Amino acid sequence: MMGEAYVGSPVRSERTGDVAVIYTGDYLNRLSGERVERAARERLREGCRALIVDFRETSMVNSIGVSILLGVIDAAERAGAHLVFAGASGQAAQLFELLGLTRHVTLAPNQQTALAGLTAYTGAGATHH
Amino acid sequence: MVTQEQTTKLIHAFSALADLGEEIAESRDFDEMVRSTLHVVLGALGLRRGVVAEYEKLAGVLRFVAAWGVGDEAPTDVALDAGRAELLGASGGNILPLDEADSQAALQQRLGSELAAALAGLSASIVLPLVVHGEIVGVMALGGKATGEEFTTEEREIVRTMARHIGVGINNHRLLRQVKERAVENQHLYDNLRSIYRDTVRAFAAAIDCKDKYTQGHSERVGKYSEIIAREMGWSEEQIEGVAVGGYLHDVGKLVVERDIINAPYRIDAKQSSELNRHPAAGYEILAPIRHPDADIPLMAKYHHERIDGRGYPEGLMGDAIPMTAKIVALADSFDAMTTDRTYRRRKEFPEVVEDLRVNSGRQFAPEVVLAFCRALLREVNGEMPERRVIRLLGKGYIEPETARPLLVALIAELEAGAHATARA
Repeated sequence: MMGEAYVGSPVRSERTGDVAVIYTGDYLNRLSGERVERAARERLREGCRALIVDFRETSMVNSIGVSILLGVIDAAERAGAHLVFAGASGQAAQLFELLGLTRHVTLAPNQQTALAGLTAYTGAGATHH
Repeated sequence: MVTQEQTTKLIHAFSALADLGEEIAESRDFDEMVRSTLHVVLGALGLRRGVVAEYEKLAGVLRFVAAWGVGDEAPTDVALDAGRAELLGASGGNILPLDEADSQAALQQRLGSELAAALAGLSASIVLPLVVHGEIVGVMALGGKATGEEFTTEEREIVRTMARHIGVGINNHRLLRQVKERAVENQHLYDNLRSIYRDTVRAFAAAIDCKDKYTQGHSERVGKYSEIIAREMGWSEEQIEGVAVGGYLHDVGKLVVERDIINAPYRIDAKQSSELNRHPAAGYEILAPIRHPDADIPLMAKYHHERIDGRGYPEGLMGDAIPMTAKIVALADSFDAMTTDRTYRRRKEFPEVVEDLRVNSGRQFAPEVVLAFCRALLREVNGEMPERRVIRLLGKGYIEPETARPLLVALIAELEAGAHATARA
């Protein structure tokens, strides 16, 4: 899947109140996927009630990336947290649809829209990692 | 007519196959390889959970190596008896469906109740025996699709193909692991043999020295001096060991010389000397039929009385015609002879020994060997070595550092300047 290229963008996360945003970097594969999963689990452990996985910098998601995203969905469900995939390219969004990820997660065109849809979960303050 | 959706799925599945090959080929760690390949299968078809177990034939268990999406419900080891393993191997890797009610009893029969229960606990939909050359190497169980739909025929075929790759990957890693284990075992065996060889050589050296009551410990000291010289010359550990063994065994030929001649409490006559001088060639005869780790060992025995000016014996070889190993043993042998008491004379004082080395460097001894030995000695005198091996062998008080240091420094300078190199060779 190709989209807008953000070569070398690292996986990182930030938190605003009860909502955590995880940026998936430019290529979601095993290495970056494990970081995404670790960040998601840490944020859920911290008590975040909503996670936004932001794909704005992601030009490619491979099979391992998809599997790890399914693991993130699983972790969010077990924690009772809301999960939104934001900013996925058209091809990525189509793949998520075809593979059934969208049955368990909400897609949003961008982070702002996702945050707006999560107003019920948001709190004050921001922490960056 | 292939739809856009089908094309996208197909491209994703093909990419997943490429990912699979990459993970199998590039993962060095076995568990990591299995985890990654499970991810590839799950991500290729959008499956929410799965496990992979390796079959350990000797233990008769399936060891669960990777699990995803099963939370804390991942099983550990599950027994799988040889009969069932054989049956699964004979299945050729065909998919066993777990979600068809009419096949439950048959599955329990095929998998055994323990494994069937473990897989049922994981909500697995299908089970794939991982088979290589008709033998089961593991099992992969997969949960349902995230779409909630049934597996299509094409998807089952994709999973089956991937399972075959994973089976080969597991088998290859297992073979590699066995090769590594065998290599470690062989290394231990080799180390043991080398240790036995070294002990045997030392025992032999002690036996040689027993024949000469006045030179007890001579062979062992020559072995140690030879080792010190070779190390100073920057030789490899194997080469150092070779020359040390040569030092230990250099006088083995004395075993065939009359004990009375060896132990004569006076200077021996010409006839006796001729008899004694047989020992290098005799040593060669004794050592040559043995396959030593270092092929030079018989030559060290044969040529340790050669001189680089050609006036030695048994062949009167000159300069480079004498193996370097023999030149080292020759110096070690003479050094020990000069620094130990004999029946007919006291040992030389250390300054006299240094003078002998100076005078005979380029005549009897190879200058580069003398240089290396002097450097090693000086480093010991200066306290720069972790062990004072030579000084200890010579006995307390034999070397006075303040006297020895300038003598060694001067001789080293002379040798480094090349004063002895060619003129006398």
